[in-house]
Amino acid sequence: MFKRAEGDARASVTIHVEGRAITAREGDTVSAALLASGLDVRRATAVSGAKRLPYCMMGVCFDCLVTIDGVGNRQGCLVPVAEGMQIEIQKGKREIGK
Amino acid sequence: MSAAPKHDRYDVVVIGAGPAGLAATTMTADAGLSTLLLDENAGPGGQVWRAISSTPVKSEVLLGADYWSGAEIAKAARDSGAEIIHRATVWSLDRNLEIGVSVGGGSAFIKAKRVIIATGAQERPFPIPGWTLPGVMTAGAAQTMLKSSGLVPDCPTVLAGQGPLLWLLAAQILRLGGRIDRVLDTTPRANYIAALPHALAFLTSPYFGKGLAMMREVRAKVRVISGVTELAAAGDGKLESVTYVAGGKRETLPAELLLLHQGVVPNVNLAMAAGVEHRWNELQLCWTPVLDAFGNSSIPGIAIAGDGAGIGGAQAAVVRGRRAAGDAIKELRPQAEIIDLSAEMARAERGRAFLDVLFQPAKQFRMPQGDTIVCRCEEITAKDVLDSVAIGATGPNQLKAYRRTGMGPCQGRLCGLTVTELMAEARGKSPQEIGYYRLRAPVKPIMLSELASLPKDDEATKAVVRG
Repeated sequence: MFKRAEGDARASVTIHVEGRAITAREGDTVSAALLASGLDVRRATAVSGAKRLPYCMMGVCFDCLVTIDGVGNRQGCLVPVAEGMQIEIQKGKREIGK
Repeated sequence: MSAAPKHDRYDVVVIGAGPAGLAATTMTADAGLSTLLLDENAGPGGQVWRAISSTPVKSEVLLGADYWSGAEIAKAARDSGAEIIHRATVWSLDRNLEIGVSVGGGSAFIKAKRVIIATGAQERPFPIPGWTLPGVMTAGAAQTMLKSSGLVPDCPTVLAGQGPLLWLLAAQILRLGGRIDRVLDTTPRANYIAALPHALAFLTSPYFGKGLAMMREVRAKVRVISGVTELAAAGDGKLESVTYVAGGKRETLPAELLLLHQGVVPNVNLAMAAGVEHRWNELQLCWTPVLDAFGNSSIPGIAIAGDGAGIGGAQAAVVRGRRAAGDAIKELRPQAEIIDLSAEMARAERGRAFLDVLFQPAKQFRMPQGDTIVCRCEEITAKDVLDSVAIGATGPNQLKAYRRTGMGPCQGRLCGLTVTELMAEARGKSPQEIGYYRLRAPVKPIMLSELASLPKDDEATKAVVRG
């Protein structure tokens, strides 16, 4: 869907999406890294289970909700990636304890 | 991880580090007022200058001179001595000028003598059939990814809508080697005639030359369809095609990415939750706060600067930020000399009326029908809203009880304007009469554990203990 433009000299950051290592860049948000990964990163809504991807990328639509390091319902578009981060694609509503 | 605020009291707290917030912060801090700038993003710039200090797209030409003009203003704020906290989510503001802010998973309350809200704008909802499909995003979303991560579309891509941002984004994507298959311009033909009386001011404003050059740049490389009157996205679990009607002719294009844009509207949640009076703006078709010339709102001590005060663009935002800052300085440092900025303001706002009229979105793209989703969070359609009106829902707040619209995580940001306009029309009233969701803190979701672990005094504890 998206590719990285040439000349991006930022350092690589490895994050794990459902256990798979992907390479992001320093300064990417979680949502940007997921969209750039080429993986199927569609979440499922809490109401109907419909598939969604981020819509606004600026913190207002909440369609980027994702589980980051075990904490659910995080706005992936507002959280920068960090080395070793564990991402789970949220299916439905946030689980108790997550 | 960002650190919590160092103090619990400040002369001035500025919320939002876009053009208005950065300019205001620099001025109040330079005047010797203790100033705290709180911002939700990882770095300064807001949306228009997003990632100004970290973008991987270093070439001046690619993002344009208007973008890079933000670098100096961001640097001035950083050097001003103000305390600046990024990744800080302000979730509460009240009429006592007490601010609830969440930083790094913990919350704090701070008090200000003056608050300058500079929370800017968001893109206007664009509720067409299929707009919730994966692969349908806003143009602003694509621009955010372009500026902060150097990401550009490389799949079959359609841009649709109207307004300066759409053309700027198209030009930037093409300059960075990204793919655009078609641009669908939804500007209503009648708007060109309606905008004519404002054309002179526009022709002599900086927008004119820049806008023309950008449109020429895009048209040289991409097929542009004007006069688009219908638009729909379709696909099974993801976007597969875009269908449009232009000049009475219907066409369907394969697409994996559809970028929508029909202008921006003030981000009202924090100001409304604080109790700031807003009115329906008949020209910009959105809620704008009631303000005096310096941006002071109906709540003493709270000013609003930037696009949150009504859409004016980045240059106007800088001047509005400085005006609000000047007024705070005048009150807190009466001996200080304040420069009159009314000439700058007039210059920065020149040409805006033309843009407002020309790019006023068409009714069919603001007020959907039938099965088109209005509330993305609760998955409520236009028909659901109208059915609720038919059985007695009188306004957006009653509709919550019927359909939960506006009660999902986005708190009405993506459905509020649509619901107001749909209900107003169905009930034969004006949007002003129908009103908006009654917004309440927390304006962004926070963990209950954050609230529970806030420091509390005896009085607060006794207030909820029986006996």
